[in-house]
Amino acid sequence: MTATTATEPRVIARKKRTAGARAKSVIWHLALLAVLVVVLYPAFWVLTAAVKPNADILTSISPIPTSITWEHFASAFDGMAGVPLWRFFWNSFVIAALSVVGILASCSITAYALGRLEFPGRKAMFAVVIATLLLPGQVMLIPQYLIFSEMDVVNTIFPLVIGKFLGLDAFFVFMYVQFLRGIPRELDQAATIDGAGHFRIFFSIMLPLLRPAIVTSSIFTFIWSWNDFMGPLIYLHEIEKFPLPRLLQSYNNTEAVSNYGGMMAMTLLSLVPVVLFFLVFQKFLIKGIATSGVKG
Amino acid sequence: MSASPSTTAPPAATGAEAPPAGGSRGAAKRRAPISRRGERLVGYTFMTPWIIGSLVFTVGPMLWSLYLSFTDYHLLLGGDWVGMANYTAMFEDPMFGRAVKVTLLYVLLAVPLKLIASLAVAMLLTQSRRGIGFYRAAFYMPSLIAMSVGIAIVWKALFSGGGPQDQFMSWFGWEGGGFIGNPSVSILMLVLLSVWTFGAPMVIFMAGLLQVPSELYEAAEVDGAGRWHRFVHITIPMLSPVIFFNVLMETVHAFQLFGPAFIIGGTAGGPAWSTLFYTVRIYALAFVDLRMGYASAWAWMLVLAVGVVTLIMFRAAKNLVYYAGEDNR
Repeated sequence: MTATTATEPRVIARKKRTAGARAKSVIWHLALLAVLVVVLYPAFWVLTAAVKPNADILTSISPIPTSITWEHFASAFDGMAGVPLWRFFWNSFVIAALSVVGILASCSITAYALGRLEFPGRKAMFAVVIATLLLPGQVMLIPQYLIFSEMDVVNTIFPLVIGKFLGLDAFFVFMYVQFLRGIPRELDQAATIDGAGHFRIFFSIMLPLLRPAIVTSSIFTFIWSWNDFMGPLIYLHEIEKFPLPRLLQSYNNTEAVSNYGGMMAMTLLSLVPVVLFFLVFQKFLIKGIATSGVKG
Repeated sequence: MSASPSTTAPPAATGAEAPPAGGSRGAAKRRAPISRRGERLVGYTFMTPWIIGSLVFTVGPMLWSLYLSFTDYHLLLGGDWVGMANYTAMFEDPMFGRAVKVTLLYVLLAVPLKLIASLAVAMLLTQSRRGIGFYRAAFYMPSLIAMSVGIAIVWKALFSGGGPQDQFMSWFGWEGGGFIGNPSVSILMLVLLSVWTFGAPMVIFMAGLLQVPSELYEAAEVDGAGRWHRFVHITIPMLSPVIFFNVLMETVHAFQLFGPAFIIGGTAGGPAWSTLFYTVRIYALAFVDLRMGYASAWAWMLVLAVGVVTLIMFRAAKNLVYYAGEDNR
């Protein structure tokens, strides 16, 4: 599985395995291993910080603990202010799951219209999608907040997910459009001749063909929504409603001083779902970014 | 064809403007006008959520924020039209200079360092050797977690006084302590966090590198071109569309860094405003001070800056980016 997956390595010139070639191979591996150590150090550091005694965490450069304690996990599971940790996981999960469903439902129909249909105004709408791709989102933040508070939905997850259900995630709309444009026109024409309408074509031809794009976008939506901090920071103010990033931030500001280990255990637990997701889906993810340029 | 200009979507090249196939016989022809009207109807139906959403939540708010930027609107006190006052006030606001300085410094350090690292490792990884899949996955993983609050907290610990970075650097005679307490280097924490995510552009570079025809390298080698010459005269030009895409996206994103900066430096961008990122200041103005009119003016300056930078990049790309299979304008 690890050797050659999506991308076939290019063989520049086939040479006989000489001592020189072997030395080159060793140097190659040493160079990459050096990069690997630097890249993985923070991950290993937090992995073991969660089981080190409080006094050791900040002062030890070595990721290998001198003694192991499990009490940090016990205090992490207690959560914060009487709200248990699973509650924050659940909140995060609900937001992420709704985001995935929303993106699936809305971006696919928006992209179908923009990428496969012809109607007046289509080009202008597509230009708006492209513009929002590059536009700093901060500029819409304040009016959006005013609108949501007018709608009386501040302190609910509505502001965090509604955009996903309306196809406002320009990036995924764009990705789906590009994908749909690659599907040969003859398919729709054949289906039209057979008497299929646009709804039929969309549901029975386009959606199944879109599957790779749908998988990639769902994985990224889940992870981005799991990590999102700015939205919950602005819109959620009651601790029972906090997703994990808000919990970590509040904990870091208040309890971390006295219970640094608990903070580390919580941090570690919050990262686990994303890393697991990555390990399971890494092939799709990497293929997805290579072809669509998704940002991490 | 090999290095298609749109690294964003190779499939687009195949069927974007495909002409209608010749299969339209009489029956299909007669149905065409009805189906076109149907197409219009279906098109607008499918676009309805997006149209409503854009008007209410994106395009509408943009125009509104432009209006707000000319008022002194305060969340609790309301506000009035003040003309250009917010924009002139900005240039006398010491925080503006600080935020611009921090953000520009970050963009100028983080984007090149990250992209150089990602291209270098991508070139190592596209050589045919064992273990590529493993390395690629391991290097990519940080990109998925780096922007989380969890990693920001880990970063604070790694760069704290007496922490791992401080200890490691003091072996080499460093006396500046942990980066987090030292205003002259604290920005490096965020630069390093960005470099740590080199895996994302790396994967895009790898896809681009694999598209470069190997005959080019072989021919150059026969002609006696050394490694450096092959890199400068083949790899860089053939890869330039991908480089352009990565530079553009990384720059646009770097201008908007928020989460990690907020966790590491707080709303004040400590220590001594050395991590006062532009977006953090917008947040503080709007949601802590509740000065939403003034904050909107700040936000519009960011749009302007990103817009100008994007435009300059597209202009420069006209001369610098080489699209194989097209005349080089």
